Amino acid sequence: MQTSSEKWSFLLGTVAILALPLASSAQLPTLDIESRLGMESHIGNINGHAKDAKYDYRRYCVGCHGELGDGNGENFPWVDPKPRDFQLAVFKCRSTPTGTLPTDQDLFDTIARGLDRSNMPQWNTFTKQERADLVAWVKHFSPRWLNEKPGTPITIPPEPEVTPERIKTGRDLFARVQCWKCHGVQGMANGPSASTLTDDLGRPIQAFNFTDGSRPKCGNTDADIYRIFMTGLDGTPMPSYADNIKPDEAWDLVFYLRTFMQQKSKEKEMAKQLSLKPVDPTAPAGQQ
Amino acid sequence: MRNRYNPAALLSLVVLVCCAALILGQRVNAAGDGKITGTVKLDGPAPHMRGIDMSKDPYCVKAHASDPAHIETYVVAPSGGLANVVLYISDGLPDGALTQVPMSVPVFDQRNCVYAPHVLAMDVNQTFEVKTSDQTAHNIHPLPNPMTGNIPWNQSQPPGAPPIEKSWKMPEMIPVQCNIHPWMHGWFVVVKGPYATTDTNGSYTINNVPPGSYTVTAWQETAGTQTQKVTVAAGGSATADFTFKAK
Repeated sequence: MQTSSEKWSFLLGTVAILALPLASSAQLPTLDIESRLGMESHIGNINGHAKDAKYDYRRYCVGCHGELGDGNGENFPWVDPKPRDFQLAVFKCRSTPTGTLPTDQDLFDTIARGLDRSNMPQWNTFTKQERADLVAWVKHFSPRWLNEKPGTPITIPPEPEVTPERIKTGRDLFARVQCWKCHGVQGMANGPSASTLTDDLGRPIQAFNFTDGSRPKCGNTDADIYRIFMTGLDGTPMPSYADNIKPDEAWDLVFYLRTFMQQKSKEKEMAKQLSLKPVDPTAPAGQQ
Repeated sequence: MRNRYNPAALLSLVVLVCCAALILGQRVNAAGDGKITGTVKLDGPAPHMRGIDMSKDPYCVKAHASDPAHIETYVVAPSGGLANVVLYISDGLPDGALTQVPMSVPVFDQRNCVYAPHVLAMDVNQTFEVKTSDQTAHNIHPLPNPMTGNIPWNQSQPPGAPPIEKSWKMPEMIPVQCNIHPWMHGWFVVVKGPYATTDTNGSYTINNVPPGSYTVTAWQETAGTQTQKVTVAAGGSATADFTFKAK
C-alpha cells in the first residue's frame, strides 16, 4: 500500500512533468509576440489595430511571411527575393534615413503597391482600414517598435523642371558617385560588382536593371526614385547617398536615370537630342 | 576710478577654474588606475592567407601592384604574435567605470581597397569615424543583429566623401563589409569598458583599469574567445598572455 507521502511525491512528480513543456514554451518567441498584440498604426486619420488583422494575415500573408513573421512561411523555399523577416524590422522601402525604422505610411504604401519582380503582389483589394490593421500586425512581430521610433522622413525639395543641363549634371553625378559599379554604365545591372552582390543575410541579389522595362521596387514616381538613393534600400547592398548628393542635385540624377528607362519621357527625348554617351569609368574624376 | 579687477570677471574666472577642475577630475581619479598588458600568440604555423583577386576594380589592382593583398583572418608576426585580437574586461568592472565613454575617436579607414584597421575596437556609445582615402567608391555596410539594439545601416563613400561619425548602443562583434568590393571585410568590436587591440607583434596594453579583480577576454574573429582572471593593484600592472590555436 502507498503511504500518503509516496502519493504526494507521485502527484508532485506528475504535476512537474506536465508543467515542463509549459515552462519551456515560455522561451518561445510566440508568447513574446503575443504580448505586443496591442500594437497600433496611424495612417492619416486611420488607426490600425494589430489584433484586427489576425484573420487577414492568416488568410493572405502567412504562406510566405510565416506564423512568427520571420519570413519562414511554407513558400519560403520557392520564392526569391525571400519574404521579409518582420522580426528584424529591416525594410527596403522607407522615407526615413538608412538604419531607421520606416513610418507607418511607408509600410502601408508597400502593402498597397506590392514589390515589383517579387512574389509580393499589390494588395489593393484590402480596405484602407484593413491595410492599416496589417501594418500594426507587421509591427507587432518585432520588439524594435517598442524601443525605437521611426526615423524622420527625408525632406524632398519640390521637383524642378527637367532641362538638358540638369540631365548632363545627373550624368556627371552618376559617374562621380559611381552608380555604374553595380548598375552598369547603361543602367543594365551589369557593372563590375553586379555579379557578387549579396543581401544582409548573404543571399545573392541583383542590382536594378533600368532598361528591361521593370518598375523600381519602391514605386515609379520621380520622388520614389529620389527616395531610393537618398535613404538606401536597407537589407540590400544599395547604400544611402544622403551624405554625398545634395538635395537639388538628386533631382538631376533622377532625370538621368529616366533616360535609361524604356518608358517614353521628356528626359529620354532630351538625352536623344544631346546624343548622350554612357559615362566612361576610366575617365578621371570630373572629366566625363 | 573704476576697479581694475571687475568682480564679475573674477567670479566667472573662478567658476571656469572650478569647471575645469571638475572635468579634469575624471583624469585625476585615473591616477590610481593600473593596466593589463600581455601578448597574444598563435600556436603552430600561421595559416595560409589567400591572395585577393581585385580585378573587379582597376584602381584597387593598381594600389596593390607592388604589395599584393591577402585576406586578414589571421595576421601573424614571425614571432607568432597575433594581431587584431581585441582584449576587454568581461567581468568585474564597477558600474562607475562602465559609464565613462572615452573621448578619443577611433578611425576606420578604407585605404587601397582594404580596411585599416581590419578590426576596430570601441566602447559602447563611443564615437568612431569611417573615412575613405581611396579614389574609388565604397559602401560601408555594418551588419549587426538588429535584435541586439544595434541597427544595421549602409552608406556610400565615393571618392572625396566626408567622414561618417557613428556609435553603437550595445556590446557586439559587428561584421562590416563593402558590397562593391566583396573581399572587403572587417569588424567593429563594441565592448563595455576599457579595451585594447593587439598590434602586429601581438602585444597589447589595456589602460585606465581601476584596481580590482577581473576577467579578461581575448577575442579573435575566427579562433574565438579565451578568458583569464587577473588582479590589478592600484597604479599597478597585471599580465595576461593568451595563446590561440588556428581553426
